[in-house]
Amino acid sequence: MSDHFDEKIKNYRTAPFDARFPNTNQTRNCFQNYLGIQRKVGSAPSFRRSLRSNPDLYRPKLEKQLTSNYFHRCNKALSAKDQDTAPCDWYQRVYKSLCPMSWVQKWDEQLEAGTFPGKI
Amino acid sequence: MAHPSQLGFQDAASPVMEELLHFHDHALMIVFLISTLVLYIIVAMVTTKLTNKYILDSQEIEIIWTVLPAVILILIALPSLRILYLMDEINDPHLTIKAMGHQWYWSYEYTDYEDLGFDSYMIPTQDLTPGQFRLLEADHRMVIPVESPIRVLVSAEDVLHSWAVPALGVKMDAVPGRLNQTAFIASRPGVFYGQCSEICGANHSFMPIVVEAVPLEHFENWSSLMLEDA
Repeated sequence: MSDHFDEKIKNYRTAPFDARFPNTNQTRNCFQNYLGIQRKVGSAPSFRRSLRSNPDLYRPKLEKQLTSNYFHRCNKALSAKDQDTAPCDWYQRVYKSLCPMSWVQKWDEQLEAGTFPGKI
Repeated sequence: MAHPSQLGFQDAASPVMEELLHFHDHALMIVFLISTLVLYIIVAMVTTKLTNKYILDSQEIEIIWTVLPAVILILIALPSLRILYLMDEINDPHLTIKAMGHQWYWSYEYTDYEDLGFDSYMIPTQDLTPGQFRLLEADHRMVIPVESPIRVLVSAEDVLHSWAVPALGVKMDAVPGRLNQTAFIASRPGVFYGQCSEICGANHSFMPIVVEAVPLEHFENWSSLMLEDA
């Protein structure tokens, strides 16, 4: 599994098309990838939710994955379970591609100061 | 780029702009034909000595001049909708660039691999070298690889701006706090100019956009050089 993620990261070009954000406004795409939602590994309800909006329908080459694992929450969730956080690197690459550097810097500072408005 | 006494669009540098250009030619030809016909009829009516006071109605001509305009409108609508959906196609970009509007310059960020960011200011008229274009040149161009789908995410750091490059058929508003996506393919190498298209203060007319499309190897060399300089 980690080999597959390594290969995915190695072949990373840019953030691929995400069917959940098909329109012009990509603000949410950037924010969601930075933020993440609570990843529950192997939990059936979240897997069903993620299937409904599964961008893998449009990206058949990628391994089926829980679409709910975005970067910071992913990091937090996997670290809490003492698991390798390498799968979260994909989402870091995506938000770095999409989000303006000034936004990322501001959010990082807010996270450090504890004033970040989103829920991690 | 634009040139003096220009009447039509700039030469297309992307497939979408080519389609838009051809559609414009098609629609304008219909407009010219109708206008010529109407002008002819007006002149004929005004200059004739013949009069006819006894025609009350005519079913045939009424049908013709109802159906024919409807057909003409359909002939305009079909290519228009085709292009509309063509522009909305799902694309798989090779590169993502962020164009951030400031008062009064653009900054470009290439963050797919490393964090490359630079500002692009207009070259003032007094600093131009011979052959350069007044109010259009910038000190750092947005360099892209030719024939690759590019995604540009446009936003602004202060007030509204708009990122536009007519030759590529691209215009996207830069709204603070919002990330607007547009995409294009540069079909040929070259330098393409655009200007800020949303009023943004005193120097709104002096923050041009310059896109330079180069072969991939040149793009890679350029990005390495830019990273070293940064």
